[in-house]
Amino acid sequence: MMKPVPKKYHKRLPKPEIRRNKTAGGNLFDKLHAYRDQHAQALFSSLGRLISSPFTSLMTIVVLAVAISLACGFYLMVINLQQIAGNLETGDQISLFLRDEISDAQANKFSDRIKLNPNVDQVKLISKKEALAEFKTYSGFGSAIDVLESNPLPIVIQVKPKNTLVDKQGFENLLESFKESPEVDIAQIDMQWLEKLESILAVAQLGGTLISVLIGIGVLFIIGNTIRLELHNRRDEVIIAKLVGATNAFIQRPFLYDGFWIGFISGVAAWFIVTGMLLILWQSVEKLSRLYGGSFHMLFLSFSETLTLLLISSLLGILGAWGVLIYQLRHTKPD
Amino acid sequence: MLKFDNVCMRYPEVGDVLRNISFHLKHGEIAFLTGHSGAGKSTLLKLIGIMERCSRGHIFLDGQDLAHAKEKHIPYLRRKVGFIFQDYKLLQDRTVFDNVALPLVIAGFGHVEVSRRVRASLDKVGLSGKEKKYPLALSGGEQQRVGIARAVVNKPPLIIADEPTGNLDPELSAEIMRLFEKFQQVGVTVLIASHDISLISQMNHRVLKLDHGQLVTS
Repeated sequence: MMKPVPKKYHKRLPKPEIRRNKTAGGNLFDKLHAYRDQHAQALFSSLGRLISSPFTSLMTIVVLAVAISLACGFYLMVINLQQIAGNLETGDQISLFLRDEISDAQANKFSDRIKLNPNVDQVKLISKKEALAEFKTYSGFGSAIDVLESNPLPIVIQVKPKNTLVDKQGFENLLESFKESPEVDIAQIDMQWLEKLESILAVAQLGGTLISVLIGIGVLFIIGNTIRLELHNRRDEVIIAKLVGATNAFIQRPFLYDGFWIGFISGVAAWFIVTGMLLILWQSVEKLSRLYGGSFHMLFLSFSETLTLLLISSLLGILGAWGVLIYQLRHTKPD
Repeated sequence: MLKFDNVCMRYPEVGDVLRNISFHLKHGEIAFLTGHSGAGKSTLLKLIGIMERCSRGHIFLDGQDLAHAKEKHIPYLRRKVGFIFQDYKLLQDRTVFDNVALPLVIAGFGHVEVSRRVRASLDKVGLSGKEKKYPLALSGGEQQRVGIARAVVNKPPLIIADEPTGNLDPELSAEIMRLFEKFQQVGVTVLIASHDISLISQMNHRVLKLDHGQLVTS
């Protein structure tokens, strides 16, 4: 019925000592090949399992993708607002509102005098007429202005100080000198509101970071829970593998790859969600930007930011799976 | 090969399950472990598989003390024992080939070596040509032989079988027993837990009989 057992079977009995190396048989090259094959096998069989149960995986992935895209959305909002603030900052300037009784000619003379100041780079005179025209265009109160008999707007001189004048004290000194001029009614630095904007942005950035950390923790736990369920579903397999001598590292491997794929695919999906949303906003933002001189263009996720997004989401997947495995495998015992 | 030295096992809830068990199985010896249910057969087998740790005593496998093995050494110690179960414990969603290959894949063999050894092992148990079948497509006797092929594929020096014929008719049981004798002939130690008295008396091998946690004949 059966062939006699070959004699070499006897000779090849394993040696009595504990084999500490994780692989056996063949030379080092073969072992490395076998190790690489094991990883490749685990990587693709894990992807295969995800695809074979698309509904369960899809639900998890959609939840994760939405959560991750929220964090990304916050990040993009902050960097876009910072860009606006950055553009405005290049125009740090002093606005001088002249007294009502100053005529255009006097204003011109005053403006010429300012130009001679060594700390001043550019001077722009906005006459009452120009100010009114600008106001009508942008404020939306054009018809209300028409009702007025006289032009209520003052002559404005915008002074852009030299870039060498970087410190605040120099700025203040220049401002004081303008305030003392008899032609000037009010002199103000346009930077003050910019500072306010910047501190608001700093708060937004911190808030965004906190929310992203929270979302990251959430993602970690969602993936952990998914892996826990998967581990539960495949408990028999885990126990049989343990009984035939699998190390925890071997058992963990396919589950870690599961975590990786869930994280990675969610990251890719989040990228599409965020990019899609930006595309929807893009037209309106460009239109708005044109109204303000077109200095602002919306920022999308750059190549390196996309890589970071995928790296973080994959890493969260692996970490979430790992945390659960460390705990669960210790409690999964053959019976 | 396998030596129990004054082994005691006490569960806090149940009390003593095994008391002062001592025996020694030599290389190439075949033995039956028998006794009424609840006599401690399963517990004894669990101790060999390090699924439980004994409360007192020593268990030596090839000179290694299983009772005090470090956690990280357990997988490597288990690779020296081929386990066969009453319910076969096969992976239903994997082919016969993949089931038998599992211990080799775990041990890190390359796929050429895996393929060669799996075929040799299936040939030994008379299942050549069924590599691509799934366990559910096989009969009970065939599934048990897949389990045996998996247990011996890594050429362990010790085979532990827990009621291997429990679900099989007498003819198939005798066939499985003859298979164990083949392994014995090449130097493998075999310990079979069974309560099938007629089968045991036919075979004329050493019998370890447990009664209420004590070894009464060895």
